[in-house]
Amino acid sequence: MSAGLLRYLGARSLRALLTVLGVVTLVFLIVRAVPGDPVDAILGDQASPGDRASLRAALHLDAPLLTQYAIFLGEVGDGTLGHSFRRRDETVASLIAQVFPATLALALAAFAVAWLLALPLGSLAAARRGSRWDLGARAIALFGLAVPGIWLGPLLILLFGVVLRALPLPGDEGAGALGLVLPALTVGAALSAVLTRQTRGAMIEVLSEQYVLAARARGVSPLRVVVVHALRNALLPVLTVGAAQLGAVLSGTVITEKIFEREGLGSLFLDAFFARDIPVVQGCVLVVALLYVAVNLAVDLTYGLVDPRVRLS
Amino acid sequence: MSGARARLAKLPLGVVLVGAFALAAALGPLVAPHDPAQIDLDHEYAAPSLAHPLGTGDNGTDVLSVLLHGARLAGTIGLLVVSLSVVVGTLAGAFAGYRGGLVDHAVTGVADLVQSFPAVVLNVALLAVVARPGVPHLVLALVSNGWVLYARVARGQTLAIREREYIQAARALGMGDARILFRHVLPNLGGPLVIQATSGLGAAILAESTLSFLGLGPGKAASWGALLDQGSAVLLRFPHVALFAGGTIAATVLGFNLAGDWLRDRLDPRR
Repeated sequence: MSAGLLRYLGARSLRALLTVLGVVTLVFLIVRAVPGDPVDAILGDQASPGDRASLRAALHLDAPLLTQYAIFLGEVGDGTLGHSFRRRDETVASLIAQVFPATLALALAAFAVAWLLALPLGSLAAARRGSRWDLGARAIALFGLAVPGIWLGPLLILLFGVVLRALPLPGDEGAGALGLVLPALTVGAALSAVLTRQTRGAMIEVLSEQYVLAARARGVSPLRVVVVHALRNALLPVLTVGAAQLGAVLSGTVITEKIFEREGLGSLFLDAFFARDIPVVQGCVLVVALLYVAVNLAVDLTYGLVDPRVRLS
Repeated sequence: MSGARARLAKLPLGVVLVGAFALAAALGPLVAPHDPAQIDLDHEYAAPSLAHPLGTGDNGTDVLSVLLHGARLAGTIGLLVVSLSVVVGTLAGAFAGYRGGLVDHAVTGVADLVQSFPAVVLNVALLAVVARPGVPHLVLALVSNGWVLYARVARGQTLAIREREYIQAARALGMGDARILFRHVLPNLGGPLVIQATSGLGAAILAESTLSFLGLGPGKAASWGALLDQGSAVLLRFPHVALFAGGTIAATVLGFNLAGDWLRDRLDPRR
């Protein structure tokens, strides 16, 4: 490994660490600015002053802000993220760990749906520019971006769950993997629209390169040219855009978990928000931030390894 | 989609949808057949009829009237969010592009962070700061990530303008940075920002609906997102509420996107 590469890796990791620390601090401050009293939310406003004071002390709400911050950093450090206000025998980390696999599965399925739609559609549109395929791909991309998840979800439930009776309805406990199809489509629709546009653009660029022309001249079949020669080189920019959409996908999971009554990070977050369960709100935002920073770091590092030009900037 | 035919095919839908929305936002509350808060428990979730052209929702409220009043709210919030975002974003972006260096790094760094963080999570965390979110809070929460797009556009344009001769001439004449920025740079950013603002209106309206759908909207006001939330709860038995509410939101967002594309084709000579 060259010194330049090492320096790049080091600088990039340091920036990621600073970002996480910044987000943690910001979240801590924002959540503390809530005017509603969490003690009211937990005990109700009929509770005796003694109960309120002891709960306040147990939750460190009576400590100065800096002390609370130190306690919070300690809880981040030991990996528990503190204890839930409402279920005080549970650590926030364990609450998140219980629901995280469901959200991860949804996000991964959404990415899978998006890639499976976008790569063939975008490639076909680029290879047959101006054809019906191209127009179709662009129309799908336009509508995928315009139809909001908050409407697409209910539409899919009505169509596949009620009219066609092909897929399970929300709240169906025994649905298994089939229950993931409609939520994944709901989250993945906008992503597949973005990726289709990207794939089309990148493929048009690559298909006009000299080496593609050379491959064609050597008599390589059109399908092979598109899939083997062009797509491989068009993939890198599309991958980056895909990773940059992680935030949008996570936003989508929050909405979709509500529509489909699924458990997950999003419903845990919203639920904790309405109950003013501060440690849980804070923990969810922190995990989302960590996830986002880790994925972007991974993409940047891969990029730096694959493409030496990136390290220079 | 270039060429005269495609352009003609695009013009009506985008402009018609935006026009219909503008009309509903301007006149909706005046022509609504019922008070959107009027309770009629005998006719809860009634199917569309002459008295209620789009049926009724929770507590028998008239869906059409809620949608018409909601258009005013969506339009108000959309316009406020976009105009504030344009001002904040343009100033930040133009300043970053003009000064470069540390200022530029700071602005793009914050923009990157804001843009890549899940919008819903950021908005919810900010709205948590107030006990009862109202229209002003909603607007501020949406501006907190809305300004980024305009900042990017303004920065890119400014980077190009900065090197033009008339800027160097102004500098040579001893003009201050602020004066150059306001007199010579900002007036030249118009076109791309107008295009961005058009589709941005659709995005702001969708964001308002999404937050209202999640239960974070402005209290009792008639809102598209809140209506969709009510409709989703009874989706399997009375689908008309969610269908009409969601369809209105989707058509409006689509309209602004199409109108933005149409404007870009018209205003940008390179395409």
